[in-house]
Amino acid sequence: MTFPTFALAQQRTSVPVRIDDEKCIADKGCTVCVDVCPLDVLAIDLTRGKAYMAFDECWYCMPCEKDCPTGAVQVDIPYLLR
Amino acid sequence: MNTIEREVDVLVIGGGTAGPMAAVKAKQADPSLKVLLLEKAHVKRSGAISMGMDGLNNAVVPGFATPEQYVREITAANDGIVNQKTILAYAQHSYPMIEELDRWGVKFEKDQTGDYAMRKVHHLGTYVLPMPEGHDIKKVLYRQLKKHRVEITNRLVATRLIVGADGRIAGTFAFDCRSGDFHVVRAKAVVLACGAAGRLGLPASGYLFGTYENPTNAGDGYSMAYHAGAELSGIECFQINPLIKDYNGPACAYVTGPFGGYTTNSRGERFIECDYWSGQMMQEFHNELSGGNGPVFLKLDHLAEETISAIETILHTNERPSRGRFHAGRGTDYRERMVEMHISEIGLCSGHSASGVWVDETAATTVPGLFSAGDMACVPHNYMLGAFVYGRFAGESAARHAQVHDHAVVDAAQVDTERTRVWAPLLRQAGLPPAQVEYKLRRMVNDYLQPPKVTRKMQLGLERFEAIHDDLNRLHAANPHELMRAMEVHAIRDCAEMAARASLYRTESRWGLYHARVDYPERNDAEWRVHVQLHKNTAGRMACFKRPLEPYVIDMDQHEQAAYQKLRIKSA
Repeated sequence: MTFPTFALAQQRTSVPVRIDDEKCIADKGCTVCVDVCPLDVLAIDLTRGKAYMAFDECWYCMPCEKDCPTGAVQVDIPYLLR
Repeated sequence: MNTIEREVDVLVIGGGTAGPMAAVKAKQADPSLKVLLLEKAHVKRSGAISMGMDGLNNAVVPGFATPEQYVREITAANDGIVNQKTILAYAQHSYPMIEELDRWGVKFEKDQTGDYAMRKVHHLGTYVLPMPEGHDIKKVLYRQLKKHRVEITNRLVATRLIVGADGRIAGTFAFDCRSGDFHVVRAKAVVLACGAAGRLGLPASGYLFGTYENPTNAGDGYSMAYHAGAELSGIECFQINPLIKDYNGPACAYVTGPFGGYTTNSRGERFIECDYWSGQMMQEFHNELSGGNGPVFLKLDHLAEETISAIETILHTNERPSRGRFHAGRGTDYRERMVEMHISEIGLCSGHSASGVWVDETAATTVPGLFSAGDMACVPHNYMLGAFVYGRFAGESAARHAQVHDHAVVDAAQVDTERTRVWAPLLRQAGLPPAQVEYKLRRMVNDYLQPPKVTRKMQLGLERFEAIHDDLNRLHAANPHELMRAMEVHAIRDCAEMAARASLYRTESRWGLYHARVDYPERNDAEWRVHVQLHKNTAGRMACFKRPLEPYVIDMDQHEQAAYQKLRIKSA
């Protein structure tokens, strides 16, 4: 049996990329924001058919917001820098 | 998870700036070659210019500058430590590259007669060409890649180069950051264009990804070149930039300078003659910050409304467009108050300073079949246009190499060894999370390597980096995305060790703040007018040695040579 060398702990974070579910059309097959992210931090929640920020590793560079066809993506400056 | 093998003629690693240019030029040189562009993110929006660029910082345009003048300027700016042949090759091909980019659809600012609207920012000459509509540059590159039928793979993270039994380059190992699949790409020639080592120092905010450079550029290229046996050069000449405090965007020199903006101390007074980024300028910036006159500000509030609007349009739509949002959040309006500035975390980047893989004027490294271009290739102060020009050289050189060489023979054990190393964090049941190891490593980089450099501190830093080397064997990745972060930690650690060793080796001070050694405060031309090279020696250890300067091809006069050592404004 192996023992973890660290305890699994959840740490909450306020993510800088917000998706407006009303406008997001990931359920229609759109993956533009996920495709263009240089850091690959966005993903599609398959149960809801909506994009979301899966990893808080943002450069706030904004291709996701700029290239979204429906204006569903909003990039905020990460709280630590704001 | 699968292992996927493929064979191409020319492999280009990195789809940012230099990489796409190299791939297109290799295809133009010989359309029959199979050229693959391998990208860690997505070619459409990857690299340092993912959101475009607001200007050329080093355009050598006839009527404004000559290649010879440019070579003199950069020789002086880099305190004499240059291989002038590489700078001259850039300068001679600078204008043809601007014309080609113009034909491809990149928009440069022109005056009413249709001439390029050049601006002066450097200490001596005129080399800045604004691109107020430069936001589409990646689209322009993407169109060329499609037109020339360059094959592209996105989301593949290269980990180590494959070296053939005869020492020639033979391709790369990589993995898919979504599936974890292991890739073996064999090639006759490889172009390494992986950008800066931008995730080396930790930004003062503590946010791992709030770096000046695109954080995808974690130093993978430096690490891969090192392990393949290539010589690196000028690693001790760190990149440190004057940025908006807490926001990782540049502001002053190249955009606002020509409009009348400038850097001031807290009294609103100028203290440097020239805002062009150099180590000497950064030293004065540091002196002002840490002296009684700090902090340092960008001053725009004296400018007319139309001028400020024009500056805002450029700064808020190009390169780092979230800047406007940052200012809005703090209630900063350029019209009403000066903008607080600070110095960035350290990085390695030849685009701005001089750290990189050693290349000659054909973009060849010291490993046969391996070429390099862009921020990671040592051609000092090369910037975006230099990445394009050396991307061109690298692509053409790689095509020529592939035409006359076959694939090198590769020992099968090399494949197994690397696959085991790469998959290990995923296969471990438990271990250290990559983000924690990265945070600690980069905090140590700040603690021990941030200039002014202190010998004993750097020695202690090396001890920490060696201890963290052992932690690499305990990294745990919960998914392929975390595996990408885990493997980046390997590269960042290599870069930290390189930065410490090269800095310790050069026992003098040079390049202003970039290599300010408290224990050796003077510049010592008698012993150190040489390149410091770093490589993996025959014992497999990281080692430094001196490489003599090539004789200058352009004569330097004394006055010009010393120009960058007199940047502080003389008090009245």
